[in-house]
Amino acid sequence: MEILAKQNAVSAENHDSSEAEINRKLTTADQLELLRKMLQIRRFEQVGLSKYQGGKMSGFIHLYIGQESVAAGVCSLMGEHDHVITAYRCHGHALAVGMTMNECMAELYGKATGCSRGKGGSMHFFAPDKNYWGGHGIVAGQTPLGLGLAYGIKYKGLKGAALCFLGDGAVNQGAFYECLNMASLMDLPVIYIIENNRYSMGTSLERSSVVKNCLAERGEAFGIEWAQAKGEDINEVRAVTQKAIERAHNESRPTILEFDTYRHYGHSVADAKHKGGYRSAEEIEDYKKNHDPIQLYKRHLISKGVLTEEEYTKISDAAKAEADASAKFAEESPLPDPSSIFEDVYFEVDRGTEAGRTGKHFFND
Amino acid sequence: MALIEYRDALNQAFAEEIERDPNVVLIGEEVAQYDGAYKVTRGLWKKYGDKRVVDTPISEAGFIGMGIGASMLGLRPVMELMFWSFATVAYDQIINNAAQIRYMSGGLINCPIVIRGPANGGTSVGATHSHTPENWLANIPGLKVVCAATAYDAKGLMKTAIRDNDPVMFMESTLLYGEKGEVPDEEYLIPLGKADIKREGKHVSIIGHGRAILTALKAAELLEAEHDISCEVIDLRSIRPLDEEAILTSVRKTHRAVLVDENKPFCGVSAQIASMIQEKCFDDLDAPVQRVTSLDAPAFYSPQIEKLQFPEVHRIIAKVLAIS
Repeated sequence: MEILAKQNAVSAENHDSSEAEINRKLTTADQLELLRKMLQIRRFEQVGLSKYQGGKMSGFIHLYIGQESVAAGVCSLMGEHDHVITAYRCHGHALAVGMTMNECMAELYGKATGCSRGKGGSMHFFAPDKNYWGGHGIVAGQTPLGLGLAYGIKYKGLKGAALCFLGDGAVNQGAFYECLNMASLMDLPVIYIIENNRYSMGTSLERSSVVKNCLAERGEAFGIEWAQAKGEDINEVRAVTQKAIERAHNESRPTILEFDTYRHYGHSVADAKHKGGYRSAEEIEDYKKNHDPIQLYKRHLISKGVLTEEEYTKISDAAKAEADASAKFAEESPLPDPSSIFEDVYFEVDRGTEAGRTGKHFFND
Repeated sequence: MALIEYRDALNQAFAEEIERDPNVVLIGEEVAQYDGAYKVTRGLWKKYGDKRVVDTPISEAGFIGMGIGASMLGLRPVMELMFWSFATVAYDQIINNAAQIRYMSGGLINCPIVIRGPANGGTSVGATHSHTPENWLANIPGLKVVCAATAYDAKGLMKTAIRDNDPVMFMESTLLYGEKGEVPDEEYLIPLGKADIKREGKHVSIIGHGRAILTALKAAELLEAEHDISCEVIDLRSIRPLDEEAILTSVRKTHRAVLVDENKPFCGVSAQIASMIQEKCFDDLDAPVQRVTSLDAPAFYSPQIEKLQFPEVHRIIAKVLAIS
């Protein structure tokens, strides 16, 4: 097998990914749309966090703030037969594939108007009509499902890819390795996208992984092409992902991508204020100041003359207004009817078949 | 009607469904080139090829999850576990994903998958290969659990399971694969959730599922011949959905119930049914509900001892006599 390690570590090199072909094609409107998407994700989550802290919702919220370039960049490349699946930090991917803030915010509120009718919550957004197969709560549990999406794409003879997001914590789960072996063995068009934010919950990469400088490299053992890149640069995310999508479409081969990224907040609301002490205030400050994907892209667009400060403010304010409106929508939405407890468990129950009508699946009375 | 083995009845079901629906695919360890560890898929790879009959590595979490993901996209994968005991490796996928994806997505996503293979012990393969997980799985809303006792049922239930839009856990048994039974030449389907009266009777209802039904039928014959006790044998055929009406109707007729179950006693399937009977027809009972289950210990390796752990004919007879 060809050793690909050095050539794939593109982040080490100082180059301008905005010059990559896939990015040179972007019109002004396209570029502003990428910025808008990242800002929508950020404002949605900022409003979500404040509402959470205001006692409007419960459960966990795993904020994506700081990583917006990855979801927005990858999902901007999705074609008709490309599918996305992700883990519990799923808000960014959901909005990136085109889910509305209303259905997402209402789901956080546990309302009937939520995308999952209030049954999924923060970790379980779904929109199969947008090829979005959800947020999944068990670390790496989505990786075999992503493999199955790729299997389905190939089985149906379609030119598509399964884009399966996972965190750096997930690479230490056994299921992931089973998937790598099968993906390569069976030539499945799956792209495993590791969003390496350097912390699996409160445990740093240094303390959880024996190989610390490159996780994607593990693909070598399975004959899988891989690349490691700077996730804070949306142009780079797109350039690297595009190659993997082409490989999936044209060769039906898997790829592992690793994007270095960082979450500004904690693993979840449980450590949102960084009380755990597992990373320093200086480190967080450095990432916010020097590695914020939105600020980096904003500067890039301004330097190219594509964006002005005024336009940025306009886009940002619009995203904030949309997020606020979604919170209002969620607050005013009805709670799910208690009778819906027994809906969506079994297909035939919902379809009113005989077994469904007699309730023989349930043991409640 | 042809007299065929249980394994071949399943084989016919697969072949017919593969031909009927292009989305049906058989996936598992050694199901293709090796013809299946228990020859249930014999000849299918040769006939239908690599696309429809697919060998996998020994990676239960990976390939069961792959099947679930593919089912979300509209395929109807039939996944073979070489032993149902190995499902322990894939429980995250079965419970968190197959069972709950429909619920958590508010009904947006279906999971029309069949996961199948031999459950139960009886072949002296030790505790890790001899589990009876029907109660583990029936405990999970979102899953259906089917246990076929005869060749006829195996074929009809399997065809229905493959067409079902929910995840169906289909339990077979190593010891049943060689059992012969009549299977009609024409197509038939058996709905899930309909119990079958395997033997009519008037004094005692013996209620169970899977291989225990064959043991129960032998016990019923002896009870009739030697004690003049007429036993009705009810085969549940599926644990979830459960045919409560068939159970209650029989108990209301005979006023006595003995539950047979190769499942373990503690929190087992028969515990559920005993609870249901006392709640819903207590006044019809002339005696306490009795249970004959596997003994509450892991499976023994020594075949002579392992045999003692299952519901044996004499244990069923003793319970029936105790309440007659």
